[in-house]
Amino acid sequence: MSDMNKAMVEKYRNSFLSEVEANVEEGEWVKMCMQCGVCAGSCPLGDAWEHTPQKIFMMIRAGKRDEVLASDSMWMCTSCYNCIVRCPRELPITHIMHGLAHYAKRLGIVPQGQPTAKFAQLFWDNLIKKGRVNELKLGLSLYFMNGFGEGIKTSLKMKDIGLGMVKTKRMNPMEMLGGHAVKDLSGFQKVIKKAQELEEARLAKHGA
Amino acid sequence: MAKREYSFYPGCSSQKGASSSNYLVSVQTMCEELDIQLNEIPDWNCCSASIGYAGGGELPRLALSARNIALSEEHNPGQEIVATCAACWLATRETQERLQHDQGLLAETNTALAEAGLTLKNDAPIKHMAEVLIQDIGYDAIGAKVKKPLEGIKIAGYVGCQTNRPFGIAGESYENPKYLDKLVETLGADSIPDYEKKVQCCGGALAFSEPEKSQVMIKGIIEAAYDHGADMIVTPCPVCQMNVEVYQDQINATHGTKFKMPVVYYSTLMAVAYGRSAKDAALNGQVIPAKQLEALAGK
Amino acid sequence: MADDKKFAGFICTGCGIGERLDAGQLETTAKRDGKMATCQQHEMLCSKEGVQLIRDAIDKDGATHVMIAACSRRAKVEAFSFTDVAMSRANLREGVIWARPENDDNQETTQEMADDYIRMACAEVKYMNKPKMSGEQALNKNILVVGGGVTGMTAALETAAAGFPVHLVEKTGALGGWAAKWHKRIPGRAAADGVGNGTNVDLPMPMDNDVEQMVAAVEASELITVHLNSTVTKTSGAPGRFSVDITTESGSTATENIGAIVQASGWKEFDASAIPSLGSSNADVVSNVELEALAKAAGDGPIKRPSDGKEVKSVVFVQNAGQASTAEGHLPYHSGIGDLIAIKQAIYFKAQNGKDCDTTILFDNLRTPGAAGEDFYRSGQQQMVIFSKGQVGEVTSGGNGATVSFKDLILDEEVKLEADLVVLDLGMVPNSGPDPYAANESQEGMTDEEKGDAKAAAEIAVPIDSILNLDYRQGSDLPQLKWGFTDSHFICFPYETRRTGIYAAGPVRRPMDIKQAQDDATGAAMKAIQAAVNAGQGSAAHPRVGDLSYPSFRKEGCTQCKRCTVECPFGAINEDEKRYPMFNESRCRRCGTCMGACPVRVISFENYSIDSVGQQIKAVDIPDEFSEKPRILVMACENDAYPALDQAAMSGQEISPWARIIPVRCLGSVSLSWVTDAMNSGYDGIIMMGCQRGDDYQCHFVRGSTMAAERMAKVGDTLSTLNLEPERVIVHEVAITDIERAPRLIKDMEEVVERVGMSPFKF
Repeated sequence: MSDMNKAMVEKYRNSFLSEVEANVEEGEWVKMCMQCGVCAGSCPLGDAWEHTPQKIFMMIRAGKRDEVLASDSMWMCTSCYNCIVRCPRELPITHIMHGLAHYAKRLGIVPQGQPTAKFAQLFWDNLIKKGRVNELKLGLSLYFMNGFGEGIKTSLKMKDIGLGMVKTKRMNPMEMLGGHAVKDLSGFQKVIKKAQELEEARLAKHGA
Repeated sequence: MAKREYSFYPGCSSQKGASSSNYLVSVQTMCEELDIQLNEIPDWNCCSASIGYAGGGELPRLALSARNIALSEEHNPGQEIVATCAACWLATRETQERLQHDQGLLAETNTALAEAGLTLKNDAPIKHMAEVLIQDIGYDAIGAKVKKPLEGIKIAGYVGCQTNRPFGIAGESYENPKYLDKLVETLGADSIPDYEKKVQCCGGALAFSEPEKSQVMIKGIIEAAYDHGADMIVTPCPVCQMNVEVYQDQINATHGTKFKMPVVYYSTLMAVAYGRSAKDAALNGQVIPAKQLEALAGK
Repeated sequence: MADDKKFAGFICTGCGIGERLDAGQLETTAKRDGKMATCQQHEMLCSKEGVQLIRDAIDKDGATHVMIAACSRRAKVEAFSFTDVAMSRANLREGVIWARPENDDNQETTQEMADDYIRMACAEVKYMNKPKMSGEQALNKNILVVGGGVTGMTAALETAAAGFPVHLVEKTGALGGWAAKWHKRIPGRAAADGVGNGTNVDLPMPMDNDVEQMVAAVEASELITVHLNSTVTKTSGAPGRFSVDITTESGSTATENIGAIVQASGWKEFDASAIPSLGSSNADVVSNVELEALAKAAGDGPIKRPSDGKEVKSVVFVQNAGQASTAEGHLPYHSGIGDLIAIKQAIYFKAQNGKDCDTTILFDNLRTPGAAGEDFYRSGQQQMVIFSKGQVGEVTSGGNGATVSFKDLILDEEVKLEADLVVLDLGMVPNSGPDPYAANESQEGMTDEEKGDAKAAAEIAVPIDSILNLDYRQGSDLPQLKWGFTDSHFICFPYETRRTGIYAAGPVRRPMDIKQAQDDATGAAMKAIQAAVNAGQGSAAHPRVGDLSYPSFRKEGCTQCKRCTVECPFGAINEDEKRYPMFNESRCRRCGTCMGACPVRVISFENYSIDSVGQQIKAVDIPDEFSEKPRILVMACENDAYPALDQAAMSGQEISPWARIIPVRCLGSVSLSWVTDAMNSGYDGIIMMGCQRGDDYQCHFVRGSTMAAERMAKVGDTLSTLNLEPERVIVHEVAITDIERAPRLIKDMEEVVERVGMSPFKF
């Protein structure tokens, strides 16, 4: 844990809720949860969550900082938006889960080997490089994200799917060599870099 | 009738050689028939879909879609932005709403966009192609163009998540949207109005990172379609289409099922019903061939 | 006297009656069987001309008794309002033509039904008299309000605003009650229209306390006489003529003549020493009442804790402390507003001790009744009050004040939470006097030994001071339903108590907050004024508003059995010095429970008596055993069951052609003699339809339905002695909404008769 993170634990010892409010996307909504549990019952991957959104919200209020941020749970969000449309208090639950996941990643406390965390990062890195996603490279880097040996195994397992996609011209092996990109790549990257800087500066004000 | 023009955001997956390139082909055919002109947003970029959140923070993510909106406003002024991909539409519209409600974020976004000489006005309406069909064209006009009714084909309308939530199509419910069923009926096929998995999640991006968990959900979607006697599944979303179509062999191997259920886009159905060729309908893009549609297109 | 009576019948042929029925035959029946001196038909009797026809018969021809055969007695009451004669109504529309299908097969039975209803109405009116005033009426506009808290003050101010003088009696030396001690009030309004969900929206906040202004308004009112340091030491008489002794602490007594009374005796705080596990002995564990004093003392500054005056930096609210619990010494009910109080007080801390003051509410089931409701909950959340569903085990001393051990029911784990201050949500206990019926009713079903124990316990228990000191045969105070709260018909007549002209309001009736108490007091004040005015006119209070009749009894027949005095749900009947019943007209609700209770049938009303119903039963034509036309007598409570049957007919449902329905004021008024007479005269089945009884009763006269059920429980024996099947008589609880069920119940009896056979008592 970085010194900054340690300092924050001290600073927010009893008010993780305030920390979430300041640093997590849409985090100011967490306090408005009324604990009805509709989100938990609406999540398609609910069984896979160690803590349902309802519980995550309660844990935030209970000050369980490490347990929340190091949790596998919000990485299980498929972005189906069921919880959002059903929440009687209209909490943007999906976004809060994304925000918590991003905040955990920012603090470097994502569970070891969390596959969605890795995939999400790969996806982001992939798109930032050219401005558009290169599905082939993304797929391959996904298969190899757990090391070369695992990668070969996964690739073999996924081989037939890949072949099917290639045959139907929905995957192009030539993409490896370059592929689609935005033309104003430097402008694109400058915009994203600036956005990242602005966000860093804003969060630093709140201690993140 | 004058052509309808829209500012078109095709998205990464519809590019040549990408996973929903077949979607784009059938959409183009459909638009030709319906006198719709799609003006591609020049130099559009990825929206980061619903999985960009971990790598990018809130503002960088919003900046992605903001750049697209700004480009559209600059190059296709006065035109509504249309996306065919559920995630593209959702991310773009979400960005627009967030920035409309948060002036601080809007200011920061514009500061970032200025780096590329862009400004965001943020007032172009953002639509999914399904909205164009239902709201701007209408079922009657869609039906009027049908040359080869899809008679005798039973089709499960799988709406999925992101074309349905959190925005959805005006006038439809989140729990039981009916527009795909209406469209299926309009094209002369049989719909399955009580298809209980029509808004079930397919796993989305987690089909990559959590394949076992996602495939259990996909299995349910296909199984329910079989239970209702469906010949095929139709969907408006490229992620839904791919997830439900391409993993069937793996699901069969894991769960001992014998799935071979074609999964097509609404635009595929329309291209065939409008009498266009199998190629124009991109039926060659089916990993699991839609034989009934091929037969009809070949007549 | 008989010579003075002149009977006139009127048959309406409108609304399809003339088409469906043979009106000529009805007229013949009225004259021949019903002994109407005259009988006229009119095609629309409720029209101006039709009404004039009746008016002329009364004014010009001297008719004293009028039988109107038209629609239900519940319809066209304004048109057919002839208060200067005795009047009965035969229900040919809802009761016959709308309840029966229109076809040839049914024509005969439908006409028979109509003929019977004509006979019944004629028989009824024959035994009715025009109610006349008792002569004891006098309008007394003085209203007594007992209790000087928010409820009492509101009642006084509202009464005075209506121009009625008030005597306001307050036990302590100052007006204001509990509310005067509160720092702020629970908000009385929800968020404005259009304020949706959000994280920074305009939500209701605690309101400034305005009790001082109320006190000033009471003191400034010329119509309100305030009696401080005073109690009510005797209340005798009846509405319109109460005589009330108001005695000061020093012992001097003033006697006032009072028209009606509002009892606003309020509540007391539950005694926390009954729940020692929640740390009531720790100075930094305070009740929600005590916290108000701490907050008030702090002004707008930080709230300090009692033990050492330290500014509170963390506070835990323990909700539902000792409430809704079956544990010994706990309150069996929940006071309902404790969570609103906790939210209000939590906001004190956020406002006065700073946003970083950790403020946690450990709730059970969060309840936020009232206008602000859910918005006030959101308001607390928006200010970062932490709400946690937790079951508190204990509160211990130590650490930095107190430690609350609880189970977090969402996270499913045991938690220990330290806090500078702990606030207990204690319940509200009603300030009622002793329950007049506590001894008898709670001992129903007890063994002798248990009764002995109960008696011993009652002797040890601290005697409860009477509030009203009623000089009634049936006890000194208002009867209670449960847990010390006064009894009222909760849905229809919430302010009515079981003592006419005395209205309970505020937390003595049920736990409530200031806003609710103000609304309650306003209602009670209006009811009290109405009661005083009714008493002045000699007419009944709810639900028989305007009824001028009152019970009287034939002294020579009375056996002084006291059943009437005991069973009257309203304590209306005292005893005179010779131990005969003494009816207090203005205490009476005219339900007739006394009449139903009287074993020697000496009690009657001028317009409702053993004969007025008994003769209807006898007037019905009973076909012989072999006719295959059974007769089912239905005695239906006029408050719920009868309207339900009317509505059934209106909605096109069939009612059995064998049924003959008689509306009764309350099942409590049903005399056992009607049942035996009906059986003896050959009815095949009898159904009694009354309101729901029990703790959650719907009976408009509170106990009538229960009394009837108790009396009818014994009817089986009577039937056995007649060698009749007990299932021929049945009592049903029927609600006004039982529109489909009520006709079905009659149909069920039809099937019973089919099964057990026709009555052998047909002559």
